[in-house]
Amino acid sequence: MSFTAQAAAPPIVEAIGVSKRYGPTIALHEAQLRVVAGESHALVGRNGAGKSTLVGILTGLRAPDTGMVRFAGEPAPPIADREGWRQRVACVYQHSTIIPDLTVAENLFINRQPEKRGFISWPTLKREARALLDRWNVAVSEDMRAGDLRIEARQLVEIARALSYGARFIILDEPTAQLDGEEIKRLFVRIRELQAAGVTFLFISHHLQEVYEICQTVTVLRDARHIVTAPVADLPKDRLIEAMTGEQVHFGFADAAGRSPVRDAPVALEVKGISGEDFEDVSFTVRKGETIGISGATSSGRVGVAEAVAGLARFGKGEIRIEGRRLPSGNVPAALALGVGCVPKSRHDQGLVLPLSVADNGTMTKAGRMGPLGFIAPRRRAETTNRMIRELGVVTQGPEQPVSGLSGGNQQKVVMGRALATDPSVLVLLDPTAGVDVKSKEALLAVVERMRREGKAILVVSGEIEDLRTCDRVLVMRHGRVVAEKKAGWSDNELVAAIEGI
Amino acid sequence: MTTRDTAGGIAAASAGRPAFLSAAALRLRDLALLPALAVLVVVGTFVSPAFLTQANIYTILTSSAALALVVLAESLIIITGKFDLSLESIAGFAPAIGAMLVIPAATNGFGTELPTYVGILAILAIGGLVGLVNGFLVVHLKLNAFIVTLAMLIILRGMLVGATNGRTLFDMPDAFYALMIVTVLGLPLAVWLAALAFAVAGVMLRYHRLGRALYAIGGNAEAARAAGIRVERVVWGVYVIAGMLAAVGGLAITGYVGAVSANQGNGMIFTVFAAAVIGGISLEGGRGTMFGALTGVLLLGLVQNLLTLAQVPSFWIQAIYGAIILGALMVARVTSGRAQT
Repeated sequence: MSFTAQAAAPPIVEAIGVSKRYGPTIALHEAQLRVVAGESHALVGRNGAGKSTLVGILTGLRAPDTGMVRFAGEPAPPIADREGWRQRVACVYQHSTIIPDLTVAENLFINRQPEKRGFISWPTLKREARALLDRWNVAVSEDMRAGDLRIEARQLVEIARALSYGARFIILDEPTAQLDGEEIKRLFVRIRELQAAGVTFLFISHHLQEVYEICQTVTVLRDARHIVTAPVADLPKDRLIEAMTGEQVHFGFADAAGRSPVRDAPVALEVKGISGEDFEDVSFTVRKGETIGISGATSSGRVGVAEAVAGLARFGKGEIRIEGRRLPSGNVPAALALGVGCVPKSRHDQGLVLPLSVADNGTMTKAGRMGPLGFIAPRRRAETTNRMIRELGVVTQGPEQPVSGLSGGNQQKVVMGRALATDPSVLVLLDPTAGVDVKSKEALLAVVERMRREGKAILVVSGEIEDLRTCDRVLVMRHGRVVAEKKAGWSDNELVAAIEGI
Repeated sequence: MTTRDTAGGIAAASAGRPAFLSAAALRLRDLALLPALAVLVVVGTFVSPAFLTQANIYTILTSSAALALVVLAESLIIITGKFDLSLESIAGFAPAIGAMLVIPAATNGFGTELPTYVGILAILAIGGLVGLVNGFLVVHLKLNAFIVTLAMLIILRGMLVGATNGRTLFDMPDAFYALMIVTVLGLPLAVWLAALAFAVAGVMLRYHRLGRALYAIGGNAEAARAAGIRVERVVWGVYVIAGMLAAVGGLAITGYVGAVSANQGNGMIFTVFAAAVIGGISLEGGRGTMFGALTGVLLLGLVQNLLTLAQVPSFWIQAIYGAIILGALMVARVTSGRAQT
């Protein structure tokens, strides 16, 4: 693709020397961004690099302390002029901004429903919604309850809504975080189509591979500052990571390919023919000092199997034994007592109590063992928490800071700490590095490897390639059954093909 | 970790900081109401020379004891992320039934004339039983706590009126008034009991795993479940304890008034919620402390007392009381700096 034609025109959006402080924290310092119309521009940086602050400023939700934003060469409208901002820019967030109980049509025209003599005209509303969806080629029924949309369709509806306001510059905040391989592919096809139709995207993602796949230009932020803007072709992956972290380090994600599998260690986890809501007849064993992966599409049943082992979900037939002892179905306290630790699927839904402190969250699984008669001795609590903070490298103001104030990577470390607090013999990790930056990911996977060496039996259930690299074997599930098993040393393509069933 | 960036270094340093510093920062939020309390005390000394006398302070404490017990009960439930509107009718219903089991039919009793201690125990049991039913409906049938307990409030209120035929019960054995007539160091038993209950609850909420479990459940029930907390059992237990506390609160009202009227506790729940929210208990659950709730109770007690001392015409007391609650909410919002959700 060539940009020479557009290069002469003013950029569709430009942030010049924007700074923003929150109290003593500098969220953004003299940052700049220049997005040329018609391109897909990636914005990358570690958690806390200033991406969200910049997005807030670009969408007019926050005013910068200094600096300015220009749209197509014109100064941005005043902060109070929401309508003006909406006509220029929109952001599709990870968390949905649609109202689930209203129809797709009403969501598209929320607070600007077409009226007839002061009353909403429902036929007109439906007609206009259909026309809008057709114009941008969104194959979704306008009558559907918006909450029933798949995430992928929901994002397209939000994009269509933004476009209907006149905006041709759309920010996508980690759009692929909750999608699986096939869905991501479809989304990218749509993004390319929209791009061809004149829409400009600012794409935020932790998955650097996607940046190379979909974007032409990349801007890197680090420590609240602008580091570099370059065509993606000029910035190979190692230099991109270097720009993000500021260190010339080789990211050594633990890889099981080089080590010889354990054969004679005792079996710690034995799963025999279990069936549940979305999986059937699943069997496998994990020995002490072994890491086993389970992968598959989002709906493959991998989550159900993991939750059954952790006591979070019930299972029907079959049995699960932890070091020979039978695990009752769907009973977390029993699973904890038998020595199972778990990092649940979503840290916000099941992993953390956000308003509570690092100490509260980190010791939640072993609160009964922190003092006499269930009392929690403050000193022991502080010691335990400080040890966790040290060993997992949690960046926090201290044990009493609410976890809501931590970055995603550090929140995930607290969830990991919570799982390890009981010193389990079996560790079940669901998407252990979801939504964390590259460095936290390395730290978390290093912990997994350390735990394996200490002799724990580890079950990693994930769709992410890096997570699965740490595994001695990866079981691939499809439609609730185990369909393949890959020994360490598989190639990406080989594993993806098995997951997608091609 | 092999490498540690500067931020990691800072974390390691701050992790080693003495725990009391961060704890002190947390406590500051609990003190949000103290400025408002101080203002009221200053106003009070101007309004009446009698205000700051020992006798008047004892009056304030005595008249706040019953409210304090019910606010404590409600706070526990709100922290767990639920509601219980029926506490106010437990405070009327339980003592009335307990009394009727004991007093003769001639004075509107059931005629069973059971021993006094049975009547007192029955009061506690009835409170616990109502909590058990509420808990069952909310936890196991997964009905909406607000509506379930609203229905329970109406049912119990109706049963109280029905059982007493709307009449007021007098002439109970002294034990029914003991919470108010027995005094220790000049203060009635009810005040000591409320103070003790708050102290125990405060310690449990901060230093016991069950207490921490309430915050975890109120903050995120799914995360609590995943951490091995038996969510259903704990919530159920909280309903039972709250019911019993409300019943004791009702007994304190009985002692204070010297009788059980058919509308004992009527309308109290609004004051209870006001005290809890002013005291910083978040209606969304998972946030708030016993100390905060107690300051909420004391603030409302002070206001009541001031309105009486200031000789506000009795027909206007309610309007002014309501306005002051509103004002206190705003002051608490400003001083705590947090949205009251």
